Amino acid sequence: MPSSSDSSTPRGEAWVWFSGLGLIIGLGMVVGLLALVLMNGATVFWAPPVPVAQVDDGRVLIGQLAQRRIRAGSPADQPRYERQYQVGLRELNGNSYLWVDEARIKGETFPADVLGLERVENGPAFVRPQSLRKSDGKVILVADPAFEAAFQAEVAAAAAVREKLIEINRHRIGDVNAAMDKARVALRRAEDLKLTDDIAALQKEIAGLDGRFAALQDEGKKVVAGGAVASLVSQDAAGREVVVPLTQVIRAWFPNRLDTWGRVKLFASRLGEFIFDEPREANTEGGLMPAIFGTLVMTVFMSLLVTPFGVITAIYLREYAQQGAVLRIVRISVNNLAGVPSIVFGVFGLGFFVYVLGGSIDQLFFADQLKYNNNTPVFGTGGLLWCSLTLALMTLPVVIVATEEALAAVPRGMREASLATGASKWQTIRDILLPASAPGILTGVILAMARGAGEVAPLMLVGVVKLAPTLPFDGSAPFLHMDRKFMHLGFHVYDLGFQSPDSDAARPMVFATTLLLIVLVVCLNLGAIWIRNRLRARFKGASF
Amino acid sequence: MPPIMNPPSSSRIKVRPAAEREGRKDYISIRDFGFYYGEKKALDAISLDIPERQVVAFIGPSGCGKSTLLRNLNRMNDLVDGIRHEGDITINGRSIYDPGLEVISLRRRVGMVFQKSNPFPKSIFENVVYALRVVGVRDRAVLEEACETSLRKAALWDEVKDRLDDSALGLSGGQMQRLCIARAIANRPEILLMDEPCSALDPIATGKIEELIHELKEQFTIVIVTHSMQQAARVSDRTAFFYLGKQIEYDTTEKIFMNPTQAQTEAYISGRFG
Repeated sequence: MPSSSDSSTPRGEAWVWFSGLGLIIGLGMVVGLLALVLMNGATVFWAPPVPVAQVDDGRVLIGQLAQRRIRAGSPADQPRYERQYQVGLRELNGNSYLWVDEARIKGETFPADVLGLERVENGPAFVRPQSLRKSDGKVILVADPAFEAAFQAEVAAAAAVREKLIEINRHRIGDVNAAMDKARVALRRAEDLKLTDDIAALQKEIAGLDGRFAALQDEGKKVVAGGAVASLVSQDAAGREVVVPLTQVIRAWFPNRLDTWGRVKLFASRLGEFIFDEPREANTEGGLMPAIFGTLVMTVFMSLLVTPFGVITAIYLREYAQQGAVLRIVRISVNNLAGVPSIVFGVFGLGFFVYVLGGSIDQLFFADQLKYNNNTPVFGTGGLLWCSLTLALMTLPVVIVATEEALAAVPRGMREASLATGASKWQTIRDILLPASAPGILTGVILAMARGAGEVAPLMLVGVVKLAPTLPFDGSAPFLHMDRKFMHLGFHVYDLGFQSPDSDAARPMVFATTLLLIVLVVCLNLGAIWIRNRLRARFKGASF
Repeated sequence: MPPIMNPPSSSRIKVRPAAEREGRKDYISIRDFGFYYGEKKALDAISLDIPERQVVAFIGPSGCGKSTLLRNLNRMNDLVDGIRHEGDITINGRSIYDPGLEVISLRRRVGMVFQKSNPFPKSIFENVVYALRVVGVRDRAVLEEACETSLRKAALWDEVKDRLDDSALGLSGGQMQRLCIARAIANRPEILLMDEPCSALDPIATGKIEELIHELKEQFTIVIVTHSMQQAARVSDRTAFFYLGKQIEYDTTEKIFMNPTQAQTEAYISGRFG
């Protein structure tokens, strides 16, 4: 008799621990990833105290600690560290970031007068203010107790002027330019077709637009002249004088004076800008609103396209098609479609959707546009529609498989009951099978959305861009512009991380953007899960 | 087992005059009906006639083909792949396999109640009127009228009249089965097929359904498959006994239970096999 059967320990018990270990490693990696992104991403907007550091070669620098790492080549048992400071003032220092050997830092102080500035151009600055030249010409010295209040008031006034300028330059002049482009195309067409009346009318319209353009430019100049010309005179760490016009200042704070509440408010203000504003400085500063919006709209459209496609296909495969060898091959092909690298779908999208479909649409409906506007394509170039379609195609197998399984899981009795009352097959599918399998179908859609929202590679080929001048949705008819290129969070991460001219400045934004992407995908999924659970509640007890 | 081979024709000869004596005409007529699942023969040369407005019970051990025969009466077996039949079934003189007859219209005339109650995940009201909805009835008054009539016939009205819009899935097992009966009779079929309708129910619910069968008999021709000999004896006018896909004996219930001609029938009824 084998001795093992007498043993009190059941054989194979160790495998329980072994498989548990697999779960722990997997969970650990997921948690680690989220923690890394969360820590790096959420702290981007927090304003820590900013030290003034003396280096032993006599240099002084003011800067926010960006990171600390072990120096390359230092012995492992006695690591030497170096610190990276964000010193700002790119125009003077040549670079916003500076590495300093930790051993060479003689001392750090945190003087209360250090001022942090976020600027429209050239990134942030850390300076020690001297005096404020107000817009009425008066000068207030930093020692004056009224200095800080006057300074913040001037910053706010300057911000209002800047807003007004943006309104004029970007939006109103933008509208005039768009109208002008349209009129010019129409004029070229009229000239070509010798429509004398139209030519005159269009020339008049263009002249009118030219007038409005000039008027708007004048208005802009007046805003600048009439607005704040206040400027801040300050010194940088080395004692050089730095004069900053306040129209350049987006946000100013005294990092060593702020209490916790002040820091929280600053954090909230920066986070708000990040989520609701447009990007600045080659995307390394400012907000991500266009990218958030683009990702959202694209994902929603993708879901709207893929759901009917997938459900109809699955209904045919499961309910109508003759089960057999051919269907088996079709099913295997559909499942394998899920494993095709996404870039392949991008290439297909470019070759078929953009060039063939989009090109044909242009030929059919926008022939004038092509002829009289230097062959500028409308739909024959990447855009929101083609991105949504490409990703819908990519996620189609997910929805098909989920729907097929959901249909198969509907109890046979329900199907028979419907047919036995004299319902046709289609009525049974529509009234009984589809409602009962809706939660399962939505599970598929959720999976498709999760995959689609994070996909970048194919989008780069069919319509996502680094910086889109306009949102795909705006106030001009037809309101939703499916032909427009758009920004996408996933592509934004790639662009910031690998295409940015200032990689140090982009680094924190990479994490913040990644965090935002994760949050967005989670929100989309939670929304879909919420809908699914409501449907499930309706069919509670339907399993018998 | 030679006795198994000969009874069908003889039983048919016996039944016909009986039906005529009672002043009822034969309504469903099954002639030399054989049925195959792929290569497997499930029914062999079944011939029997079911008179109008009577209850006929099919009894026999599991796998004897009684459910298969029942499910052929409204062609529910069409859902199964690889089936084949021989012989013919006529209802009111017309073959159910007539190519000109839509299977949908057949099923509208032949309602069915299943072994497991299978209400739709909809409200009680929508469950009952489903058969009317599929033929395109939109008029709310007509639907409500039909709903009440069917629920009353199914002896469920008093229990659910205040919560017609609640989900049908909140009903008890017995109520669900009566709801399924109400659903099956809502579009006034001529025939009601019941496939072991009480097998999942407690004795009280079973009693209610049996009472119901007695009442429904006034309007419908009912064919019931049951495993309970007592139930067959209680509710049916005629009983057919099947064994291994063959029809062993078919006669009035009284005769089958009191004085069966076949030894196998007697053995089954007295509980000696099956």
